[in-house]
Amino acid sequence: MSTSNSLHPQNAAPLVNKLAEQAMEDASRAFAFTTRLDDIVAWGSKNSLWPMPYGTACCGIELMSVMGPKYDLARFGAEVVRFSPRQADLLLVAGTITEKMAPILVHIYEQMLDPKYVISMGACASSGGFYRAYHVLQGIHQVVPVDIYVPGCPPTPEAVLDGIMSLQRMIGEHTPRPWKENWKRPSFIKPA
Amino acid sequence: MIETTNLDSTRTTTQDTLSKGLMNLRGDLPPALSSELQFLTTPVGDDVIQVPPSKVPELFRTLKDSGRFDVFLDCTVVDYMKNMNGRTKRFEVVYHLFSMKSYARLRIKSSVNEGESVPTVSKIYKAANWFEREAWDMFGVVFEGHPTLKRFLLHHEFVGFPLRKDYDADHQQHCSSALPLHFDNDASFDPGDRQLVPLNIGPAHPATHGTLRIMAQIDGETIARANVELGYLHRCFDKMAETHPYNQVIPYTDRLNYCSAPMNNVGYCKTIERMLGVEIPPKAQAMRIILCELSRIIDHFVCIGAMGVDLGALTGFFHLFTYREMVYTLFEKLCGARLTVSMTRVGGMAQDAPEGWYDDVLDACKKIRGGIETVEGLLTGNKIWQQRTQGVGAISQENAIAWGYTGPLLRATGVGHDLRKAQPYYGYDQLDFKIPVGSTGDVYDRYLVRVAEMHESLKIIEQVCKNVPSGDYTIRDKSIVLPEKADVYGNIEGLMNHFMLVIKGLRPPIGEIYDATEAANGELGFYCVSDGSGRPYRLKVRPPCFALYQSFPEQITGGMLSDVIAILGSMNLIAGELDR
Repeated sequence: MSTSNSLHPQNAAPLVNKLAEQAMEDASRAFAFTTRLDDIVAWGSKNSLWPMPYGTACCGIELMSVMGPKYDLARFGAEVVRFSPRQADLLLVAGTITEKMAPILVHIYEQMLDPKYVISMGACASSGGFYRAYHVLQGIHQVVPVDIYVPGCPPTPEAVLDGIMSLQRMIGEHTPRPWKENWKRPSFIKPA
Repeated sequence: MIETTNLDSTRTTTQDTLSKGLMNLRGDLPPALSSELQFLTTPVGDDVIQVPPSKVPELFRTLKDSGRFDVFLDCTVVDYMKNMNGRTKRFEVVYHLFSMKSYARLRIKSSVNEGESVPTVSKIYKAANWFEREAWDMFGVVFEGHPTLKRFLLHHEFVGFPLRKDYDADHQQHCSSALPLHFDNDASFDPGDRQLVPLNIGPAHPATHGTLRIMAQIDGETIARANVELGYLHRCFDKMAETHPYNQVIPYTDRLNYCSAPMNNVGYCKTIERMLGVEIPPKAQAMRIILCELSRIIDHFVCIGAMGVDLGALTGFFHLFTYREMVYTLFEKLCGARLTVSMTRVGGMAQDAPEGWYDDVLDACKKIRGGIETVEGLLTGNKIWQQRTQGVGAISQENAIAWGYTGPLLRATGVGHDLRKAQPYYGYDQLDFKIPVGSTGDVYDRYLVRVAEMHESLKIIEQVCKNVPSGDYTIRDKSIVLPEKADVYGNIEGLMNHFMLVIKGLRPPIGEIYDATEAANGELGFYCVSDGSGRPYRLKVRPPCFALYQSFPEQITGGMLSDVIAILGSMNLIAGELDR
């Protein structure tokens, strides 16, 4: 019998190895891909935002609609509402923040762990709205760094969903957030 | 130079202008007291007694002990600094009383100057406590003998009294910290107590719906002592109203009780219309009834849904919000907005309903009725629900009235009081509906009353929708209502009319008025003082929540910790109207 017979056990081993290698490569193309670690973290982070709803007023009621059956925030992976700031990564400020409330908002923001994001929902949270008044904070940007402003009084649920999707894009594209990086607790608020 | 007008021109003390009720009251008061008082009935028909500060306790004691006025509705102050014409005192303390028996109302006024004080009536009417405290907070008028004259709605670092006319509306003062747990002036509180555990809930706690703060000391699972803090949503409604023309105040009223925004629009517009002495057309009345009753239903949805969530019954919330969305869709069709609709104007409605809207409403009613029945099926007979709510937060009729309860919570105790029946407006007396009442006033009764009220509201809506009157949706008084856009752009009269009304605003006659409607939570009152200009001189809301919440510490003390959440949910506290 010729030793060159490819079926000879002596010669078969390299062939099997080669086939196996080929099969491994084919299979790996089917279920794996290469990426940067940053990207995969961002992908996971943007699709599983855990919001802490800071609903204080009318916007809070519209936020309930966003969570409710018709608009269903779960479709965007952000339905796991956490009422503990320690477990949340998205602070959703929905409603007027008064001067009396501002220190508490800052306290809660500081309790959240990084990475953390802030959405300001509605005119009051964004700028004081039509309450140019003695007891209303004229925009939460004065005390916490805001990533997304959602306009409206109150915003429609569609607008809130759009805000959340914009935030997802920001996270996915690693948009620089100097307002967050340079944030310091405002001097007029005492540490808790 | 400030344009001044004499607010006293409405003051007449001649006997023939007094209402019958006030004549009787004058006759029944002891002569020594009544000789010190001034009686008058305003042109709009409100009964007023002017009393010197020193006689305030005596008068209130007499009114209460005689059983004439059992409900303390409201207390506020008006600062006449910019309108001193004919006056010697800067502040006027204004009280409103109500009788559950005769449905009579009485306004009592007492003038004081800066530095002077007026004796507290909180020892006579316990409901006066918070109202007086708020009045001090806003105006700095001292109520002598009041147990807690401390900052209330404003933060503890605030300097000055913002509702005084010399305080600028946009002068903000930052707050640097939150107060630690406190029990106001309760000196026996010891933070280091080893037996009693201090407990703070809120203001950013989910069960407190955003802005309420409850502080307690608990002995095991029992509440030994409780206190609440308000003002985390104090958005300065009164000051905003004073700085805006009458029609621009309407969007602010939306945001009082934002769960049922149209009802606040209606309450406010009804007040101003009564002040102007106009009656809105039948079609506008019908539209307002439909809006009000739809709002009542969605308000109760939020209350029951949120209470369910707080007690662990999440399913009801999702069901109820499905139906709430249906009402939002109706509002959207009507005016484009979902939540804060601002659909009324002084004099009628902003626009007519689109074609087929009433049929849509009838359709939605059918579905909503099914939805309510589903939720009833989930909760009413549910053992867990019953055990969490039955016997919890029970309150007697007398106590409820003493605290100034109105609305579903009062009716849950068995008092069949509803302004839609007691002082009907917009033709409620022509409609067939019942006033559901409970018996014990506990959380379960409150829930049952709310559910039954939703069914009654559906009945009302169906009756009105089937017979919508024809005609105009607003009055066409040129000094009150803006002309149609076609006229503004089409002819010079319309353009001039529009211009003048925008520049000058509608101007109610000089005077004052208190008017109330039955909102979802109870009596929603507006007290308005007009100096004849285009803006309210003073506008005070009597929010139903405020009186309910005042009884909260008493209601939870001695009870279990878990019941706190049930009672809180059943009160349906809406921070927008609580803190204003």
